[in-house]
Formats: sequence, structure tokens, C-alpha cells
Amino acid sequence: MEILHMIFIAPFLDMVALPDLFFQGLWDGFVGGTLYALLALGFVLIFKASGVFNFSQPILMVLAALALVSFYEMGINPWISVALVLLLMYALAYGVERVILRNLVNQDGNILFMSTIGLTFVIIGAAQWIFGGVPRSMIHAELGFPVGSSEWPMFGGAVYFEHIDISAVVLASSLIAILAVFFSKTKIGRGLRAVADDHQAALSVGISLNQIWVIVWFVAGIVALVGGLFWGARSDVSFALQIIGLKALPVLIIGGFTSVPGAIIGGLIIGLGEKIFEIYWGPMMGGSVEGWFAYVIALVFLLFKPQGLFGEKIIERV
Amino acid sequence: MFYKETGQFKSRYKDELAAFPLFEDKIGIGILCVLTFLVIPMFGLPGLNYEFAMGAIMIPCMVFIIMTLGLNILLGFAGQISLGTGAFSGVGAYAFYKFITIFPDINIIIALVLSGLVSAVVGVIFGLPSLKIKGFYLIVATLAAQFFLTWAFIRVAWLYNYNASGAIEGPNKEMFGIIMIGPQSAGMTRYYFVLVTLIVLTWLASNVIRGRIGRSWMMIRDMDIAAELIGIRPLVAKLSAFAFSSFYIGIAGALMVFFWLGAAEAESFDINHSFLYLFMVIIGGLGSITGSYMGAIFVWVVPVLIKEIGKSVFGFDAFVMENFSTILLGAMIIIILILEPHGLARLWQITKQKLRLWPFPY
Repeated sequence: MEILHMIFIAPFLDMVALPDLFFQGLWDGFVGGTLYALLALGFVLIFKASGVFNFSQPILMVLAALALVSFYEMGINPWISVALVLLLMYALAYGVERVILRNLVNQDGNILFMSTIGLTFVIIGAAQWIFGGVPRSMIHAELGFPVGSSEWPMFGGAVYFEHIDISAVVLASSLIAILAVFFSKTKIGRGLRAVADDHQAALSVGISLNQIWVIVWFVAGIVALVGGLFWGARSDVSFALQIIGLKALPVLIIGGFTSVPGAIIGGLIIGLGEKIFEIYWGPMMGGSVEGWFAYVIALVFLLFKPQGLFGEKIIERV
Repeated sequence: MFYKETGQFKSRYKDELAAFPLFEDKIGIGILCVLTFLVIPMFGLPGLNYEFAMGAIMIPCMVFIIMTLGLNILLGFAGQISLGTGAFSGVGAYAFYKFITIFPDINIIIALVLSGLVSAVVGVIFGLPSLKIKGFYLIVATLAAQFFLTWAFIRVAWLYNYNASGAIEGPNKEMFGIIMIGPQSAGMTRYYFVLVTLIVLTWLASNVIRGRIGRSWMMIRDMDIAAELIGIRPLVAKLSAFAFSSFYIGIAGALMVFFWLGAAEAESFDINHSFLYLFMVIIGGLGSITGSYMGAIFVWVVPVLIKEIGKSVFGFDAFVMENFSTILLGAMIIIILILEPHGLARLWQITKQKLRLWPFPY
């Protein structure tokens, strides 16, 4: 009885008793969820365009954040550093297309997925070699993002809003909106959907597969930069960010692999869910449950909706 | 000329089914046995310090071959992707630790088999989602296992007997009057123990794969719906693959900690190790036992040697060599996938084909 009370009743009583704390948790979860959604979008775009399950998205984020900080530490103006990182991401997208994707056209999805794991290791080694493995702090203040926090009195207590979190939510959601419009309304977006549908048919109507892939991977790089900037600001810039980036995978499961709105809603479910669980149920389990709770949510979803909330229905033929 | 089936007649069906039907293969296996049982334990490897050759190359290689066999059963033969290998090996290691500390008199072999079984049970539990999902979705399910289990290895203090260090450590323990594990055990004893375990497990795996269960795994891998239509039960086939694979991985994990490292923390079972084992399977060749051998040896030995050569010959520091070997590992994966997606095992087959005509091709 004691345990049942602890699991099913006490947390909810806590929520009602201290609504400001609950609201704080919601807000933190919301910020995390928006950033997860952004990263998941990077996965979705690549998966839609090339059928590649891009495992290197998290490490791209680490690379972008590390490169940004390192360029700045070399004495380069912060905004020029951002431009340099974008250039680096473009070069990487081009290289990936040239060296890996072009040689693996028409291969099985599993092989493409494993090649991105290989790419992950190449990036880990190279980034550690060039930029060093020491955790560093993000340069969001130098880039002109507001720092500090404001306190809003609410429900008899107060809720803290970190200013950088507010900018994260604003920037990430506008980037999500831009990408959604870009890929549904523009010519490139139509080309991308054509490529996703059928490589050969797309080629035969004059869409350049290679060009589309470079664009898609570059967009994934931009997403990685924004994600890395804000996750880096919320914690340190280090290789531990990769583990955070991996949580975009459960987001994909919940939302469906090919759906943009799915990525957004999935991100929010994961972000809010894991934060609330960590605050109210985490302590009784020994803490740090954030590391795996996202995956458990995804597992539960998988059992009931294997194709995700908005995924295409899986039809199998023999 | 030296390797051909011409002239080797089989008069019984049983001979046709032998694991090594060719005379040349038997000679090769014989040479390997002499090398591993007699030559290497006596003289070590050429050009390397004896301790280094045993402790940093031979024992880990054999442990990783068992690990790779386990993952290959799941990924190569049954077609289920798993990124939880590291955590499952941890289950085996922690189970072994609990068995030998709770029952100090337990026989090591029994403890090893039991810890493999514990790992198999955990593998089946986390393999349950595979009945409903597959492919990339399954990756997330196994990642759940990976992160949940490594979390448990840190947070559940009972698993490491409430140590202050949070590490599991092998106590001295004997079997038949010889100290097998622990700080006082001799490298040679541990070497032979791992070697025999490896041979037994390889024999088991090759027979299971050739048998009914193994065939049902391969049918599920090639097309699960078709397999189901011709009477393979996916529940039995998939879960048995998970159980078998985790059994091997669990034993390999226990061997890794207690016969090689001596002590380990949760980091020895983290996701990077899962990737490493996955690389061994891919580079060796999916769905091949010989490939598991070659993949594990290649992926383990090449970086170790490169690090050694870089340090001693060129004088690079450890940091540079560490990163260089990480890059090399990733690059090897990409190159293998592009050039020969079937891995080293396929290259070996091609070599054998060529050897039939060598040195007088038509």
C-alpha cells in the first residue's frame, strides 16, 4: 500500500500542492521538447529524402557546437564563427554525399544506417583530435542572446524563465516552421518528396539526386548547429551532448518516421514526459531516470501504435 | 592446386554433412589448434612482449569472438538489429559477480552458464517488442535496454554489493585446485579457460545454426511474413534468437570482466561498446561464423597494434593515437560497406575460390 501510494497518489498531491514547481517542470520540459523536436526534424528530413536513418545527427550537433566554440576561442568574431560552422557543415554534407551516399545508392536501409554509425566514429575521432575533448561553455552571450533569468510570481510561488530558454523556444519553433514551409511549398521541397517516393522516377523527371542529398544533409547540419547552440548553453559543450541528441530517436518513434508534425508533437511528449517523471517519480527510483525514460515512453507507444502517431500505415506484401 | 574438392569422395551421407568436409580444412583447423593450445601459450606472439600478447591480444580477442558470435546470431542470422549488446554483456558480468559472491562455493562453469541464462532471460524480455516491430523501430527498443540497464548498473547498489567504488571485482577463486580468476590467477590458466569456452560455444553455435532453429532464424531474416506463412512461428524464432544471442553475450561479458579485465564499472558496458561489437559483426560479415572470428580479431587487433606502433615507432602521444584509431574504425566500416558489404568472410570465400586454381589458372 505504501508503495502504491508513493507511485500513484503522492506525486499528484505534490503537483497540486506546489503548482509553481509543477509549472516550472512543464516549462523546462517544454523547452527540452522543442529542441528534441528540432533534432528529430533533422532525422525526418534525411529519412524522407534518402531513406537513410541518419545515426550521425547527434554527433553532428556535437561537432557544430564544438566547432563554434573553438572558432570563437581562436579569436574570430562570433558571427563569423557561425558562418564558418555553416561552411563546415556544407563541406561535410558535400563530402558525405560524395564519399558515402553516392557509393551506396540502392543499398539496403540497414547498410546505409550502419554507414552513418561509421561516420559517427569518424566525426568523434576527428572532432576530438582537432577541438579537444575538454567540456567548454557555449558562447551564446557573445552571440547576443540574452542571459540571466526572470522570475514570474505565479500560484503563490515563482517560476523562473531562463532567457536563453526563451530564445531557444522562439528560434527552434521558427526554424521548425520555416523548414515545414520550405519542404512543403518550395520547388526543392517537392523535389525532395519526389526523391523520397521513388529514386528512379525522380531521376527520370530531371531531379538531381545528389543535389537533393547535399541540401538535405546541409539542412541537417543547420539543425545540428541550432540544437548544439542551445543544448550547449543549457549544459556544457561536450561529447555528452551526443546522448541527448540520441533522444531524438524515441521522438521519431512516437511521431512516425516520415511526419513533420509527428516530430513536433513527439518532441513535446518526450520533453514534458521525461521532465515530469524525473521530478515526481525519479527520486524514489534513485534519480537520473531522464537517461532512459524517453525510450520507455517510445516503447509503450510502439506496442500500441507501431507506425507512430502520424506515420504512414505499414503495408507489407509477400 | 592445394585447396580443392576434386578426388575427395564421400561414400556416406554423414560425411557430406561434416562441419569441415574438405581434407585441407581439417589440416588448417589442426594447425590452428596446435597454435592456440601449444605454441602461443608457450612462446606468445612473434615480435610482442609475452604478457602483452596474452593479456591485450589473445584473451580479449577470444572474449570478443564470443561476443561477436552472439550478436551475429541475432543480427546476421535472425536479422534483428540490436544496439543493446553492451548492456546485455553487463547483465552477464553482474550476474556472474552475484553468483560467485552469494554462493562462494559455486563451480565457475556453473556460474558462467547461469549468468548466461540470466542474460538470456533479460534478452528475451527486451526482445519482446521485436514481435511487433522491426528494423529501425527495434533499434529504439534495444536502446531502451541499453540505457535502462546501464542506469541500473550504477543506481542499483545491490548489484555491486554496495561497494564504495561501484565496481565489480573478481575475488580469487579456484576450480579443481587451480586459481582460475582474481588477482592471483595466472594468465595462462585464464587463457586456456577462455579458449575452451570459445571452442565449446563455437561448436554449439555452428550446430544450432545448421539445425532446425537456425534455419527458422534465417527464414525470419529473409522475409518474416513468408516464413510465417510456411509455418515458422515468429514468436519462437525471434525470442529464441534473442535468448541464444544474449546467452552468448552474457557469457562473453562475464569472461570479459573476470578473465580479462579483472574489475569493471558500468562504463565497460556503455553504448560505445555496443557499437564496437556491431562493428565486429559488420566487418567480419553478417551471418557467418568464420566472419565473427575474423571481424572480432580484426577490429580489436588493428587499433591495438596501430596504437602500439604509433607510440613506440613514431612517438605520437596516446591522445593522438586514440583519436586516429577511432577515425580509422569508422572509416573501415564505411569502406567495408562500400566495397564488400558481406565483410571479411566473403573475402575469405573469394580467396578460397581463387586457391582452387592457384597457381595454374586457365
